[in-house]
Amino acid sequence: MSDFLPPSIQSILPDLIQLVYLVATGIFIIGIKRLGSPATARSGNQLAALGMFIGVVVTLFDQQIITYEYIIAGIVFGAAIGAYAAKKVEMTAMPEMVAIFNGFGGGASAVVAWGEFTRFEASAIATQDLVTIGLSILIGSITFTGSFIAFGKLKGFISGNPITFPGHNIFNGLLTIGTLGLVGWLTYDPTSQLTFWLLFGIALLLGVLTVIPIGGADMPVVISLLNSYSGIAASMAGFVINNNLLIISGALVGAAGLILTNIMCKAMNRTLGNVLFGAFGGDGGSGSGPAADTDKTVRETTPDDVALQCAYSDRVVIVPGYGLAVAQAQHVLKEVADKLEKRGVEVKYGIHPVAGRMPGHMNVLLAEADVPYDQLYDMEQINPEFKSTDVVLIIGANDVVNPVAKTEPGSPIYGMPIMDVDEAERTIVFKRSLSPGFAGIDNPLFYKESNQMFFGDAKKTLQSLAKSLDDV
Amino acid sequence: MSGLIFNLFIFVLASFIGFELISKVPPTLHTPLMSGANAISGITILGALIVAGQIDSQIAQYIGFVAIIFATINVVGGFMVTDRMLEMFKKKDKNNE
Repeated sequence: MSDFLPPSIQSILPDLIQLVYLVATGIFIIGIKRLGSPATARSGNQLAALGMFIGVVVTLFDQQIITYEYIIAGIVFGAAIGAYAAKKVEMTAMPEMVAIFNGFGGGASAVVAWGEFTRFEASAIATQDLVTIGLSILIGSITFTGSFIAFGKLKGFISGNPITFPGHNIFNGLLTIGTLGLVGWLTYDPTSQLTFWLLFGIALLLGVLTVIPIGGADMPVVISLLNSYSGIAASMAGFVINNNLLIISGALVGAAGLILTNIMCKAMNRTLGNVLFGAFGGDGGSGSGPAADTDKTVRETTPDDVALQCAYSDRVVIVPGYGLAVAQAQHVLKEVADKLEKRGVEVKYGIHPVAGRMPGHMNVLLAEADVPYDQLYDMEQINPEFKSTDVVLIIGANDVVNPVAKTEPGSPIYGMPIMDVDEAERTIVFKRSLSPGFAGIDNPLFYKESNQMFFGDAKKTLQSLAKSLDDV
Repeated sequence: MSGLIFNLFIFVLASFIGFELISKVPPTLHTPLMSGANAISGITILGALIVAGQIDSQIAQYIGFVAIIFATINVVGGFMVTDRMLEMFKKKDKNNE
């Protein structure tokens, strides 16, 4: 492609490419920075996309690239699939979408390393390149199969419950050591095809075995960690082809993914080790867990009553959970909130960090229903305000408002940060039944004097509430 | 300084920048951030371009072709879906009647 350029430019072309990479690096850093604030996030993402575009275009001038037919065909094909998936996906299905994109990214890094290994005579590849080829294959393959297992679990193709066998962790540990040994052996004797394929195969298997014992509810943490891995895999691929832009962007994503994983674990009151090796938490889909105590009484309420209480309040806080999204009730909720605001009631949304199916997911779902983001409050912001709140509407959420997390050291959710809804004058829980949430723990909030239960599907109960509000 | 060591320097320093960039992000944006960061990790497409465009080995070209498809799905899909999410994030005054 560089043939048409004058010889003087051709001679400095490698340096020019590097300079453009430097510019792209800067664009990525600014882009990620802007992704950190709601007002600038969209432009940040677009900047990052621009950085990527520049990187791709300038790489096409690389002197190693001679033919373009595979490149064009691959890009057209991949872009069509990616664009179709991105346009079609439901916002509720975002966790599995990210998982599968991530899998392809990690897989690509492994395949690039495979290509580099195949391209040259094995004995002609420098030792340091062999190390990074091996690591790229290893990390990329784990990301690839691990992400697809996570996708299957989120989608329900594979049971969300932990799947383990005796000695699972020890076996995985041995496999990990084995793969590292194979990377070493490949470096020592690169001519052995067997070593290469053993490494590739075991790494793929390791991805499956690492993710399959993890419960469906922990998948967001896993995806975030695998996202970090795919960054590192990209970085390793950068070592292989000696490309700074790859090394830097991969490292940025690797580090960012680790931080994000850590934030999520904190919000779920778990350590990363516990998530990866603890085999805790199914998807709550099978079995209803222990039934609630029957001798305790709850106060059931009616749409008219809820409408009356809310309409004459000064401040109402809405605490949505994933049950809201399952019932596709975000739009009706927005309608209820609008009606209350027209009456002069101050309405805020209190969002727990792990509300929805992955951290920050609830914010996306509410944004889809046109709820402005400045009405959404993080847990730390909203918790001090419950004392002066008249009514809290808890819709499809359970564990994140369970006071047991503060009061009972023996409980599995003890220590998890929760929304202090019991400090409000009145709470109303919108819920299908009294069954406990995925953690399988009974919720004492339901039996409190200040609490009322509004039983039914979130969408139907909110619709009847909206209707009742018209008549108040 | 060998190439590997030099590259290691770059890797470690870039990691530190990554830590600093992300540590202050509000929970509101965690989902789009994860998705956007994921799209950036598709940068491995640059490696795929070189493997698919070289003429040293025909088999490597085929492998590169697969790598390009994988990486392009990640890049194009990732950036587009992130944009779709962020497009919906709106402030109150501009959007509400």
